[in-house]
Amino acid sequence: MEIINILYIGRNAQILDIVIRLINSNDNWNGVGMLCDEKAKQVFMQTNFSIVLLGPGIEQERESELRSYFTKVNPTIKIVQHYGGGSGLLQSEILSAIAPAENR
Amino acid sequence: MENKDTTANHKIANYILHKADSRGHANHGWLESYHTFSFANYQNKDRMNFGVLRVLNDDRVNQGMGFGKHPHDNMEIISIPLEGDLEHQDSMGNTTVIKEGDIQIMSAGTGIFHSEKNKNQNQLVKFLQIWIYPNKKNVTPRYDQITLDLKDRHNKLQQILSPNPEDEGVWIHQDAWFHIGRFDKGFSNSYPLKKSGNGIYAFVLKGDFTVGDIHLNERDGLGIWDTESIKITADSEGAEILLMEVPMEL
Repeated sequence: MEIINILYIGRNAQILDIVIRLINSNDNWNGVGMLCDEKAKQVFMQTNFSIVLLGPGIEQERESELRSYFTKVNPTIKIVQHYGGGSGLLQSEILSAIAPAENR
Repeated sequence: MENKDTTANHKIANYILHKADSRGHANHGWLESYHTFSFANYQNKDRMNFGVLRVLNDDRVNQGMGFGKHPHDNMEIISIPLEGDLEHQDSMGNTTVIKEGDIQIMSAGTGIFHSEKNKNQNQLVKFLQIWIYPNKKNVTPRYDQITLDLKDRHNKLQQILSPNPEDEGVWIHQDAWFHIGRFDKGFSNSYPLKKSGNGIYAFVLKGDFTVGDIHLNERDGLGIWDTESIKITADSEGAEILLMEVPMEL
């Protein structure tokens, strides 16, 4: 099965570590976490990500910039606001993002 | 307050019924949980949310066991104990115990870590865990709990949550209102929605009810939208219901 690459960006390092560990506990998902927007943009150019998850603490202006940048580089990228900060909704958010359009 | 009952014939036009036995179920040994909406390993694309109500978990935790330290962000998390004592600790320095009649709220905002454990070694703890999408992201994390007078919900709806810090109950970052009522058999009450465009999710805590023209049993859930009020009637003695009025759009 194809590995789904997921980029998580958030400002809370402890939550970032946990979310990345949760993502990588699924053999079919590969999570990369970034606290810094510029590093996130760099790694986005180097890896074929399917999903960008936006975590807590990202200012509205920075979020708009990130969304604009990622969409410009990859118009099909799914950008999802991650809510809840843990395992409860993570699977739903990722599965909904990668589901075929007719299943959403 | 004027009680404009637009459901005079009590027939509900727009609703979704979630019978108790249709909920997702997880048994982890120390934790048994029923999920009204998709949560963790329970995934059902037809059960994602009701408006901004995203999680309604009906949890039972074994004696002395509990959820270890874990994070949350950008979510309004409400816990309603039904039986037993739940011990709470969090990264803001709070160490508390909540029990039946208490309501706990965490605005997770930019991030909070907490644990919830059954304080007792000889009794299950049963509680509802409810997650509401906030209307504002990245707020400063906040914890609160209050104790309500259970007498104030006998044959009436007791407000337990609102958007307003000055109002009754706890408050959250969302235009939502929660009420609990405990009714004698045959007692009826109407609930007028407080905000246009909101929907209401009724969850039966104990006994049987008729909401509009729909009969509900214990732990059934009924979501209703495009209405200005609903009528509820207790069909059993001491029946209890939780009403959650929530925006239908995030």
